[in-house]
Amino acid sequence: MKEDGDAAIEVRGLTKRFGDKTVVDDVSLRVPRGSVFGFLGPNGSGKTTCLRMICGLLEPTAGDGTCLGFDILSQRREIKREVGYMTQKFSLYEDLTVAENLAFVARVYEMPDARHLLQQTLERFDLAGRQRQLAGSLSGGWKQRLSLAACMLHQPRLLLLDEPTAGVDPKARRDFWEEIHQLAAEGLTVLVTTHYMDEAERCTHLAYLAYGKLLVQGDPTSLVQQSGLTTFNVTARESADLAVRLRALPGVDLVAAFGKGLHVCGRDAVALRAALDAVAHEGEVEVRPGRTSLEDVFIYLMGQTPDNFANPSSASIEKGGAS
Amino acid sequence: MRAPIHITRLLAMVGKEFVQMRRDRLTFAMMAGIPMMQLLLFGFAINQDPKHLPMGVVNGDSGPLTRAMVAGMQVSDYFRVVDADLSASEATEQLARGELQFVLHVPPDFERDVRRGRHPALLVEADASDPSATSRGLSALSEIGRRAAREVLKGPAAPLQQTAPPFSVTVHALYNPEAHTAYNIVPGLMGVILTMTMVMITALAMTRERERGTLEMLLSTPVRPLEVLVGKIVPYIVVAYIQIGLILVAARLIFKVPFEGSLPLLLGAALVFVLANLGVGVTFSTIARNQLQAVQMAFFFFLPSILLSGFMFPFRGMPDWAQAIGSVLPITHFLRVVRGIMLKGAGWLEVAPEVAKMALFLVGSLTAAVARYRRTLD
Repeated sequence: MKEDGDAAIEVRGLTKRFGDKTVVDDVSLRVPRGSVFGFLGPNGSGKTTCLRMICGLLEPTAGDGTCLGFDILSQRREIKREVGYMTQKFSLYEDLTVAENLAFVARVYEMPDARHLLQQTLERFDLAGRQRQLAGSLSGGWKQRLSLAACMLHQPRLLLLDEPTAGVDPKARRDFWEEIHQLAAEGLTVLVTTHYMDEAERCTHLAYLAYGKLLVQGDPTSLVQQSGLTTFNVTARESADLAVRLRALPGVDLVAAFGKGLHVCGRDAVALRAALDAVAHEGEVEVRPGRTSLEDVFIYLMGQTPDNFANPSSASIEKGGAS
Repeated sequence: MRAPIHITRLLAMVGKEFVQMRRDRLTFAMMAGIPMMQLLLFGFAINQDPKHLPMGVVNGDSGPLTRAMVAGMQVSDYFRVVDADLSASEATEQLARGELQFVLHVPPDFERDVRRGRHPALLVEADASDPSATSRGLSALSEIGRRAAREVLKGPAAPLQQTAPPFSVTVHALYNPEAHTAYNIVPGLMGVILTMTMVMITALAMTRERERGTLEMLLSTPVRPLEVLVGKIVPYIVVAYIQIGLILVAARLIFKVPFEGSLPLLLGAALVFVLANLGVGVTFSTIARNQLQAVQMAFFFFLPSILLSGFMFPFRGMPDWAQAIGSVLPITHFLRVVRGIMLKGAGWLEVAPEVAKMALFLVGSLTAAVARYRRTLD
């Protein structure tokens, strides 16, 4: 076992209840220093609430742990100083300019030599040309750049990014991830929530949360192995109702459309093989062994967890959990 | 021909609107609450005819005629004799503090002079800073005097009251001798304007911070919640003083309202008032989920503040329950302070009781604000 000093975040039994709704349920997490840690899970699964507890915004109902060596219960102020938290929604002042927003953040963190730091940050994030523009008038990608600049300004040791690339175009998304890896290479730890599988694949570590419970964690390759899924690529000339037919077969746990073909996965490799062979025998269907992707794993996990929040007022729960 | 409105689509819009209305519970409550409040306040509380005005008597003569007059005043709806035996200095002081609306001075040997046909004069001092509160009472007063005379002066003295009453009543309308309504309204407006801006703007400012998500960003920084709160309030204190300055300049230059008292005293008392209102604004902002709700709540507070405070209608003309509500509101006391300082030249001692009541409200509103504010953080 590694010593504690290697973990940027180490929490045990983290639980948060709002009223009688358990939004985060007994989550234990270890985020190694310098990692790019991907936090995945369906909407309303408690990812945001987890982040907020880790960075000292929310007090956990139960559980304890450390963030950058500080106690998440008693040293919330120390944590805030060392952590950059980028909220899901753009949360800088739309009626301030880019430079004014950054200058404000610099002063709030009581940064020495704020003027120099501001100039440096503007240049580093390519914002110098837009420094006089009102933040509200920036496009999605630029807003996200500005947000990142704002939470990097005080030179944190840990970045918490809550769905940073939602609503950002692919080019900006790619640039953003380059930046993230660059920062990680400089020794920063990054914890990022996302729904995008390509982003998940760029993480060094992953954790999957559903309905408040942490289901799996590990690096991308080991997650695929842990899932125990076997995958076949199935293609057919006449595939209209093929997916429906395959889903009904014994041994088939998951059928997902991939381009022209289907990904068919199952935990019981033998049963799956047998079922697909039978289908292939009927002709017009081609079955080839495939590679289980992360997406397959997560969709499979999502299908496995019962939606214990599903009730008429589930919409408000999701709100409560995320806010 | 194509109909400009298609009924299915229209019904879809109408239906959706009702569903949204129902979701926004506070707005829904306000839709019922604001009209109800207006009905009640305008319908019941506004009683333009002030009654039971507090009256003091400086009695230099306690003969039957004077006693009959005091009794007559007590029985009438217009007056409430608070103290029938004041010294002249006590009377002046209580008048300045607004505890008395009228002081009746009965000269020594009044009754003897009446009986001798010397036609003595009664002096009535009236607090005329709100002209509408005093005029009715003054006319009632001479009628009561006439009746008392008729009752008491019987037998040999009866001829004395055959034609005119055997004495005269001299009225000193204090603080606003020419009964300018502006003298009353303009200082009062200071309270109204401050209430409106302070409550509404702070309620909006904090709600906006939360609605836009910027509060979350703030709280993830080392900024302390109290710094956020105080940082949001301080600029509005500055705004309040700018407003006070503008109103005072306008009062002097445009409306020619006198300023008898001390400016530092007014500015000091105003701080208590402003903070009391800011507390209300912050409390509202912690309850309101969006800016519309914040405005509605501010309006809900504002309405009784203008109607029940003595700004629009004489405070003493309102029924007891309305006066009771009015007494809680800081503006009620602030109006007395401003009018007292500007029109009566009231000093620290005279305004202290009213300032104390505002301070009490301030403690309440700030406690609520801080308590509610802390709860919204989690």
